[in-house]
Amino acid sequence: MKRKIRLIARLDVKDENLVKGIQLEGLRKLGDPNAFARRYYEQGIDELLYIDIVASLYNRNNLSDIVRRTVDDVFIPVCVGGGLRSVEDVRHILSMGADKAAINTAAIKRPELITEVANAFGSQCMVLSIQAKRSRSWAGWEAYYDNGRAHSGYDVVEWAKRGVALGAGEILLTSVDCEGLQRGMDLDLIEAVTKAVDVPVICVGGVGCADDIVDAVDAGADAVACASILHYNKTTVPELKTELRDAGVEVRA
Amino acid sequence: MKVTVIDYGLSNLLSVRHALEHFGAEVELTGDPAAVLAAKALVLPGVGAFRDGMQGLERLGLIEPIRQKAAAGTPLLGICLGMQMLFDQSEEFGAWRGLGLIPGRVVRIPSTAADGTHQKVPHIGWEGLLPAGGRADFAGTVLAGIRPGDECYFIHSYEAKPDADADRLADAMYGDRRVCAAVARGKVIGTQFHPEKSGPVGLSIVEGYLKLCQTAE
Repeated sequence: MKRKIRLIARLDVKDENLVKGIQLEGLRKLGDPNAFARRYYEQGIDELLYIDIVASLYNRNNLSDIVRRTVDDVFIPVCVGGGLRSVEDVRHILSMGADKAAINTAAIKRPELITEVANAFGSQCMVLSIQAKRSRSWAGWEAYYDNGRAHSGYDVVEWAKRGVALGAGEILLTSVDCEGLQRGMDLDLIEAVTKAVDVPVICVGGVGCADDIVDAVDAGADAVACASILHYNKTTVPELKTELRDAGVEVRA
Repeated sequence: MKVTVIDYGLSNLLSVRHALEHFGAEVELTGDPAAVLAAKALVLPGVGAFRDGMQGLERLGLIEPIRQKAAAGTPLLGICLGMQMLFDQSEEFGAWRGLGLIPGRVVRIPSTAADGTHQKVPHIGWEGLLPAGGRADFAGTVLAGIRPGDECYFIHSYEAKPDADADRLADAMYGDRRVCAAVARGKVIGTQFHPEKSGPVGLSIVEGYLKLCQTAE
């Protein structure tokens, strides 16, 4: 048996709607995020990941109400990201029922924020979100922000190591190149980052079938988040888990 | 059934509240020592660092009230950091004294497994609960509603080491090692995992605690 992983549903939200794009662009509206969250919970998903995908452009996170409604009757961990810029923003979203805060843009602009959040709420609350795109300038990946629109000049592996040293308790690693394509994950990226840090890494981007998740686990993923294949009913959580178990990946019953 | 959830500014109380309300409990959130002293049943939640948790309790004057209530037999459920604070001391950020309700200490999860391989810290994930402290099953405990092996959600960098095996209610495997997952000493209960974040399994543990509270009334 391979080691146990967490299977996470990623819910990208714009305004009040669940949306899904390809390589973080070309968004389609899919419906009420709470209805999707509830469905995945009932199907046995291990965790929910909400991202307010336009928040960093407008300096705000609109997810408070959605998260608050979700935790009325959904009793699993909820991670929230998008536009969180300060300890106060994190405090607010945690008070709405979130368990973890994923921070990208604000951490790139002011890395000390990672330490401030970890000190205020514990490292386990501070998830460093990294949007990775293969670099044209060097052999590796560059960290992007503002939902894949702006590049930081940071090497992803170095940034992940620095983030952990600053206090991040988990890494949320999104491959912008693979995101939304459903053609498999960036396994080189997953291997490079999971080898470089000693905290859990949630891998996102490119899952089109259970085999893609198995490959990610072999590459070192501690958790895998899926969006399109669940949102478009290509499969269900129980079907995915059965296929993963058959392939030797341990998942929650 | 009224349950008093101790609010000392450190955690997501909403999910704990909803989980208790799910079974019809009336929930009071408070950081007031007088309200804690008047409580019929207590929940001590918490995430983050041990030092911050104990300082939060101290600042609000809650340490002695909680100790008094536990000594008087009022049910008390500590969750995650709340469980760790039930112990004598923690080595997180030096040495910090806890509530001293369960003999033992809290230590960092080693970054190497027993077989020498590397393991990640924090430990984040769902692990099955195994009966501990000489128990063959969970009958007669707050875990009576679940089966051995049912999985709960853990997120922690430190683990509790109870002095007395009898205080261990459940263990979980992290890699190839047993980690203390739940403790019980009289009506003082602690869970390292988050029952309020552990789906239907977790909810039945919350229900088990409420049953204990009812019999204590």
